[in-house]
Amino acid sequence: MPTVSVGRDRLFAALGRSYTQEEFEDLCFSFGIELDDVTTEKAIISKEKHLEEDKPSADDEIIYKIEVPANRYDLLCLEGLAQALRIFNGQEKIPRYTVAEISKESMLKMHVKKETSLIRPFVVCAVLRGITFDEASYNSFIDLQDKLHQNICRKRTLVAIGTHDLDTLQGPFTYEALPPPEINFVPLKQVKNFRADELMEFYKSDLKLKKFLHIIENSSVFPVIYDRNRTVLSLPPIINGAHSAITLKTKNVFIECTATDLTKAKIVLNTMVTTFSTYCKRKFEVEPVEVISFDGNSSVFPDLSEYNMEVPLSYITGSIGVPLEVDEVTNLLKRMQLNAEKAGSGASSISVSVPPTRSDILHPCDVMEDVAIAYGYNNIPKRKLSSLKPLPLNQLSDLFRSEISMNGFTEVLTWILCSKKENFEMLNRKDDKSTAVIIGNPRSSDFEVVRTSLMPGMLKTVGHNKDHPKPIKIYEVGDVVLLDDKKDVGASNCRLLAALYCGANSGFELIHSLADRIMEVMGTTFVPVPDKSGYYIEQSDEPEFLLGRQAKIIYKGRRIGIFGIVHPEVLNNFDIPDPCSFLELDIENFL
Amino acid sequence: MGKQVSRKVQHVEDKVKDLLISVQSGQAISKEDINSLKARKLIVAQTWKGYSVRKGPNYAPKRKKVATDLTRENLQKGDWKELEFKEYNFNAKGPPAESGHLHPLLKVKQQLKNIFLQLGFEEMPTNNFVESSFWNFDALFQPQQHPARDSHDTFFLEAPSTTRELPEDYVELVKRVHESGGYGSRGVKYMYDWKREEANKNLLRTHTTAVSTRMLYALAKQPFSPKRYFSIDRVFRNESVDRTHLAEFHHIEGLVCDRGLTLGDLIGVLNDFFSCFGMSKLRFKPAYNPYTEPSMEIFSYHEGLKKWVEIGNSGMFRPEMLLPMGFPEDVRVIAWGLSLERPTMILYGIDNIRDLFGHKVLIHSANVVFLAAW
Repeated sequence: MPTVSVGRDRLFAALGRSYTQEEFEDLCFSFGIELDDVTTEKAIISKEKHLEEDKPSADDEIIYKIEVPANRYDLLCLEGLAQALRIFNGQEKIPRYTVAEISKESMLKMHVKKETSLIRPFVVCAVLRGITFDEASYNSFIDLQDKLHQNICRKRTLVAIGTHDLDTLQGPFTYEALPPPEINFVPLKQVKNFRADELMEFYKSDLKLKKFLHIIENSSVFPVIYDRNRTVLSLPPIINGAHSAITLKTKNVFIECTATDLTKAKIVLNTMVTTFSTYCKRKFEVEPVEVISFDGNSSVFPDLSEYNMEVPLSYITGSIGVPLEVDEVTNLLKRMQLNAEKAGSGASSISVSVPPTRSDILHPCDVMEDVAIAYGYNNIPKRKLSSLKPLPLNQLSDLFRSEISMNGFTEVLTWILCSKKENFEMLNRKDDKSTAVIIGNPRSSDFEVVRTSLMPGMLKTVGHNKDHPKPIKIYEVGDVVLLDDKKDVGASNCRLLAALYCGANSGFELIHSLADRIMEVMGTTFVPVPDKSGYYIEQSDEPEFLLGRQAKIIYKGRRIGIFGIVHPEVLNNFDIPDPCSFLELDIENFL
Repeated sequence: MGKQVSRKVQHVEDKVKDLLISVQSGQAISKEDINSLKARKLIVAQTWKGYSVRKGPNYAPKRKKVATDLTRENLQKGDWKELEFKEYNFNAKGPPAESGHLHPLLKVKQQLKNIFLQLGFEEMPTNNFVESSFWNFDALFQPQQHPARDSHDTFFLEAPSTTRELPEDYVELVKRVHESGGYGSRGVKYMYDWKREEANKNLLRTHTTAVSTRMLYALAKQPFSPKRYFSIDRVFRNESVDRTHLAEFHHIEGLVCDRGLTLGDLIGVLNDFFSCFGMSKLRFKPAYNPYTEPSMEIFSYHEGLKKWVEIGNSGMFRPEMLLPMGFPEDVRVIAWGLSLERPTMILYGIDNIRDLFGHKVLIHSANVVFLAAW
């Protein structure tokens, strides 16, 4: 996106008030431009020259570098920017640009010769009468040409702008294309006369101009503009003549835009004249120039007519999602420099007239966008798509499942129902009737209770897999159900993770390291007892495990799990001949 | 005169002796002779082996050891250049890989979950196995005398035997619709005295639709916004376990709640859903379900079996179920359900449902690797 550098104090003067940087950033943000950098002239120069940056002194002028949208050519200089913001703030009305009413006879004329079609076929012109420059506006005038050349003019290939002190020239003008040796003139910033082909050679060492030479270099004819006295105005798109150079004192400016693209040329001309007509004696008025083609066709430029568009209100409100009345929409559009009023025809249609400054408005959607900008994007009530929220518990379970599989354990999926004996007695546990959900009508003893631990299912799996090569490394992530007074139904699920090792030895250390691994992947640190910031392991005394080889996992001060060597009596109950270690923990603690 | 011995023959020819002498001197004798001498245990067969030693093609003046592997030592010493490798037997499989495994049924569950997520469905929290009859049946407009509510189909609980609280306003509306209709329903359809005690009875949920009901009830309390929900979790039926039945299995459920949904939407979403795992040839059979109307059984053409197989059930929830929740009249809910076990059995070629999960399943069956199965 193009960046425009403007003096802060001049900009604030033009806006009629000063802003803190934050306030100004907010204004830019809501208008859709961006304060890119705050710097000083000195800093820019030292940066270009790769010098150490001097401490900025207080009297250096602060420069705002402002990024503007690539299709808003009217914002490429301070004048246009300030005017747009003033209108946006409601400080100013939209100007009506007019073409001075003069008779065709007294109009300046530009005659186009046939040969120009070989190299650069189009030219459009206009005159700014009675202009008053000061140093700043003069610089801005030069800068705007530069910016336009860089952007819409595609480095002068599509359009090149020449501006001249009209008082040094005499019309009518001719736009010709001649063999280079036939063109002779003193170019801008030089004192010596050059032949065009020599000039091209001369500019090959000019850092700024050499990049434009290729546009005409290989052509047999070069475009050139003369006045009636054969004074060279310019050798587009390379350089103007020194004779007609504009100065601070220039009162009447002749603008010519030569081009390979007529539409862009008109936009460039309109941008130049509308922006700087503000400094004319008759504000916002531009004097036309007649361009007469070699075949006799004649056109008058600039064309400052407004483009009219009718936009249904429903289209605007429907797209933005805010119910607005016609009056509100027209007022919002006026802040965006678009004249709008209720359309005569349909009751809910808006007729918009697009001024010549707004070449970016192509379609009703551009109008709709401006309504939204003026309304304020951040004032639009949110309408949300239905969003997909993953279930954290299931997400976590799946993460654990893949992590433990990666640790070489095989997942098993066991029954949730089991017998009372398996859930209690066979684990050396007593049923105190405070934990388990009891089935009232079991068809067999296999379905008497809802498990309160994953342990019976895991041990039954080992018991039924005696022929499996040792070691057996299995795990399960699943729900158990516990009686819970706080729940409407009186019971709630609890998501547990269990892992078991069975082999020639108990694998106790391996199960211990798996416990550590689980805590590690949850990002918890191993801390000394009784630190509550991480987890620690503390010896436990549970009947299903062997005393001395069993421990609780304490996480943030809460017991979340246990691991140990399965008690030999328990192994015997489940008909398991080999030693086993078992780990079980409640993963809901990590949510 | 006594008996006289007189010479009858001039010479005695001891053939055996001669044979033995021949054997001793290394002369060949006939096969019969060898066998008769062997039989008389006069000779014993002995095997003598002789080797002739000379330089072979791999002759080396020093003994060379063949290597079976490249070692760190080889690299450090640099003797890998002289190493000669023992021939590797590529006809045998490599040793079993040491690895962990995910359970096949849960792998299929993950694939299904991904399909739902791709279709924009949100997962419902289903971690509540204990449910009240109210949410499992009554709220679904399932009459209290319905056979599914018999104890031989459902696990009822001894502890906790009843639910402690239900949303009373809603219970009243549900009671009324069961007893006398409303919402355009004749209600006389059931016409019975609805008993609160029946609704309070706790059970192990028989379908995840119990959760869907709770979700829809919560949704109806909010300003309306369309939703797509799914869940895949355990459900319980009081059945004897056999080749095709389990007391526990997994229920897959999908539902879409929006204004103005049609049967066409249901058929469309079912086609989208099932074609995600290669079942694109579907047809629908009219069916009966207490809480959906219309109800459709979903059949898919099985290319392997060359026949149509039932793969699930679907329908539009009845207004008698949705309106008491407080949904606007034009909101409809389309839903479908199937078991996780059925597609998994088809996918993994398992014909006994008991081989799918539970403690009796062989652990190594989880090692069966199917990647990108559909």
